[in-house]
Amino acid sequence: MNTITGVVCPFCGCLCDDLEVTVEKGKIISAKNGCAYSLTKYLNYQKERLSEPLIRKGEEQVPIGLDEAVEQAAQILVDAAYPVLYGWSSTSCEAQHLGVELAEEVGGAIDNTSTVCHGPTVEAFQEIGHPSCTLGQVKNRADLIVYWGSNPLQSHLRHMARYTMGAEGKWRKSRDDRTLVVVDVRKTYTARVADYFIQVDPNGDFELMSALRMGLRHEEIEQDAVAGVPVEYIEEVAEVLRGCEFGALFYGLGLTMSSGKNRNLDAAISLVTDLNKWTKFVMMPMRGHFNVSGANTVFLWQTGYPFAVDFSHGYPSYNPGVTSVIDILSRDESDAAIVVSSDPAANFPKKAVESLLRNPLIVIDPHRTATAEKADVVIPSAFVGIECEGTAYRMDSVPLKLKKVVEPPSSCLSDEEILRRILEEVRRLKEWN
Amino acid sequence: MELSLELLIKNTIVYDPSNGVNGERMDLSVRDGKIVESVDLNNAKVLDASGMIAMPGGVDIHSHIAGPKVNKGRELRPEDHLRRIERKTRLKRSGVGYSVPTTFTTGYWYAGMGYTTVMEPATAPLETRHTHEELNDTPILDKACFPLLGDNWFIMEYLKNGEIEKCAAYVAWLLKAVKGYAVKLVSPGSVEAWGWGGGLREIDEVVPNFDITPREIIRGLCKVNDLLGLPSPIHIHCNNLGSPGNYRVTLETMKCVKDLAKGGRPSIHIVHVQFNAYAGSGWSDLSSGATKLARYVNRHSHVTTDLGQVIFGDTTTMTADGPWQYILHNLSGNRWVNHDVEAETGGGIVPYQYRRRNYVNAMQWTIGLEFALQVKDPWKICLTTDHPNGGPFIEYPRIMAWLLSREARDAAMKRINKTARRRSILGSLDREYSLSELAVITRAAPARILGLRHKGHLGVGADADIALYRIDPSETDLSKDYRKVRKALRRAAHTIKEGEIVVKDGEVVRVPEGKTFWAEAEAPEEALKDVWQDLRERFEKYYTVRLENYPIGVEYLRRPAPMEIKMEGG
Repeated sequence: MNTITGVVCPFCGCLCDDLEVTVEKGKIISAKNGCAYSLTKYLNYQKERLSEPLIRKGEEQVPIGLDEAVEQAAQILVDAAYPVLYGWSSTSCEAQHLGVELAEEVGGAIDNTSTVCHGPTVEAFQEIGHPSCTLGQVKNRADLIVYWGSNPLQSHLRHMARYTMGAEGKWRKSRDDRTLVVVDVRKTYTARVADYFIQVDPNGDFELMSALRMGLRHEEIEQDAVAGVPVEYIEEVAEVLRGCEFGALFYGLGLTMSSGKNRNLDAAISLVTDLNKWTKFVMMPMRGHFNVSGANTVFLWQTGYPFAVDFSHGYPSYNPGVTSVIDILSRDESDAAIVVSSDPAANFPKKAVESLLRNPLIVIDPHRTATAEKADVVIPSAFVGIECEGTAYRMDSVPLKLKKVVEPPSSCLSDEEILRRILEEVRRLKEWN
Repeated sequence: MELSLELLIKNTIVYDPSNGVNGERMDLSVRDGKIVESVDLNNAKVLDASGMIAMPGGVDIHSHIAGPKVNKGRELRPEDHLRRIERKTRLKRSGVGYSVPTTFTTGYWYAGMGYTTVMEPATAPLETRHTHEELNDTPILDKACFPLLGDNWFIMEYLKNGEIEKCAAYVAWLLKAVKGYAVKLVSPGSVEAWGWGGGLREIDEVVPNFDITPREIIRGLCKVNDLLGLPSPIHIHCNNLGSPGNYRVTLETMKCVKDLAKGGRPSIHIVHVQFNAYAGSGWSDLSSGATKLARYVNRHSHVTTDLGQVIFGDTTTMTADGPWQYILHNLSGNRWVNHDVEAETGGGIVPYQYRRRNYVNAMQWTIGLEFALQVKDPWKICLTTDHPNGGPFIEYPRIMAWLLSREARDAAMKRINKTARRRSILGSLDREYSLSELAVITRAAPARILGLRHKGHLGVGADADIALYRIDPSETDLSKDYRKVRKALRRAAHTIKEGEIVVKDGEVVRVPEGKTFWAEAEAPEEALKDVWQDLRERFEKYYTVRLENYPIGVEYLRRPAPMEIKMEGG
């Protein structure tokens, strides 16, 4: 029996790094300190696994050797005029790194899951900036926490305990030292433990944000209610925001993906920037996938852009709405796709999925996903953070090294290694042509 | 492919100030990446460098090219990326950018100008893994990074308690843990204060909650630096950067470590001095403090500086000086990114345009040049723009031309704000740099200040990092033909890195990996034991990561180059 400490959890953007994983005879038998999701992942990661490379023959997927699968995948990419390369948020930075190189090599468009989560955050960031910090600043200093359109008690289970309300920091020791404000369209679990809960009308975030900004400046709001919230309450919360010593706004898809999208974020960033006139205030997106932040990071240093990067001109270009993968698929412009550690067939719009499936499709994933079921080439991979090492970036952009705690199945290489082989094969095929 | 390990560069005019070579026509011999006495003429590849000058490969002591804040700068500026693109070729990766270029592009563009070594001067230790990942992807160049230590909680606590040995042991551990090279302070104490929205403008103000002053932090880290025998002095971005009247703080900062200099070696390196050389009491009466600072530097041997020259045009400012970036955001109305890092430091990014017609911007431009022209000993200055803060590194040749040619300065002066032109003494400064002095401020001095003994010169045993430029000093009047000189400096005729030709006529022809240096410093043993005790007790209280997940393994460096350092005096 062997217990590994300081294991970094490859589930959500919290990247809790205090797990203790016990392994017996090559199997994980316990994973302490993590949340319920983490425990479930560690104890069940081997279920629904893809066990061997597959290739489509007519209606069926039949087993094939790894080398042949790699060759087939490379051939598809080389033959394609405009392939899309999608996923990337649940794998290592090392794999993402090779993904960008592959996209450049084949002149395709590469996109990560930001395109369906915090893409609007990026767009607002580019328009007006973003005052932020690492999570330890919040743990040590924040006496006011706001969750807006985010329900961490059901999505990021240890976020509040490790970094915000329950965290023991240098100047804030417990729940009593902090005030919690929650803004949501319904009374979520998180809202139930809040000191102030603002139930905003669906899609009313922009108006509420604007009203709060007026409240901060003590301007008259000549209405009884804004976005379903009584003006007195808005004014009261504005005073709470102004009056803190260090405030932190965490926001989720409730803000980024409701009506207004990047305009909501524009308003949120303006609110937080305004608050710095009176106090110290920061904000942070609640990133979902454990390494979506890493995907943005790696894309940025290599291409200058965090997602939706198009290499069809031989250099990186970026125009979300044009170069983002859902839009490319919806216009039916791509003629092949490779999906790494993601399941777009299960969650993209119908039109985009139809286009994705109409063309040759390669999937690299540890799991039997809906997308894998429909793929022409399927290559099973090892679980990064469980069966192989790699780097991941936390939601606050702190990079951590993921550990390997057990051996992968003999048929599974890491995403990184599979991509390296595909890239080599692509280059070899291009030399021949 | 040519794989000749020997190279003979013939008939070049060499500027190698470290070895007293000032424009002599001679040959340079290279074997196995080093400069040697001679090579076997039957084996060696011969490069005829007639009509070219040779200098050691350029060394940039201070340029923000990699890491979290540079990357956030890239994210903030998609419009910046439309200005210049780099297409993929069989050899090169593609890229974009102007003030915040992508990593591969950064390597190609530096090499294209004859630079072969660049320092990333500010990295939050907690996020330095990221910095190394980007440095790995910055090809050709040798590099290193400087961890930000001026607001570090452990350091402030040790120094508060007068525990210099423990502080030294901690710094040695930290440099090893994050693979850092030199000690960097940014507005010491002020960034911790910014954690609460405050800031410290003077070096005798007290850091909230830590009961220590910037002066004590600066002196403490200076002592630590000396105790460990680190290769470079402490690098400091002074308090109150960017504000009128701040030259006094710079003077105080230089003075406060005067007694700590030993053996004639500098004890402090003031970074981007231009941004801390302002007199006056407000924006309308901002004036130059350059003369006063230059006078101090001229009279003392314990200070070195780099310039932080401003170049007119659009750029992206970024610094760990969070409070200053918030001020700049409010002054300019431009976008603001802030990123504070737990128990360590902070950072901010604001896009900015330096305008010729703007009084303050024009003054900034004159102040940098006034300083460079008034410091008599070029070994005390390194050419920088604090890239990208004063302007992008690809514009360095413009600064070189201003220093080499009075005519170039006069031409630029004609277009700046009239009041600034009237108030500045720049027009009365006749000095023109020689090519030898240019070689000092762009390679020899930075290499010496960094303690990189194999860099910045062309003596036997030096790294064969060489830049050849198409300038013939016998035919060229540097002062009159400054446009031609500027053009030649923009595109190196050849850049040679570790004996390999990597650039021809400004174009990259080979893409080797560069090395990453870091300080493997010996720590006082007993003190190190105590530090481990403290780390085990307090690290996880301060941070949100486990202590065991904080150090960065050597596997994160593509070409690791540790520099072993023995403590002085046993």
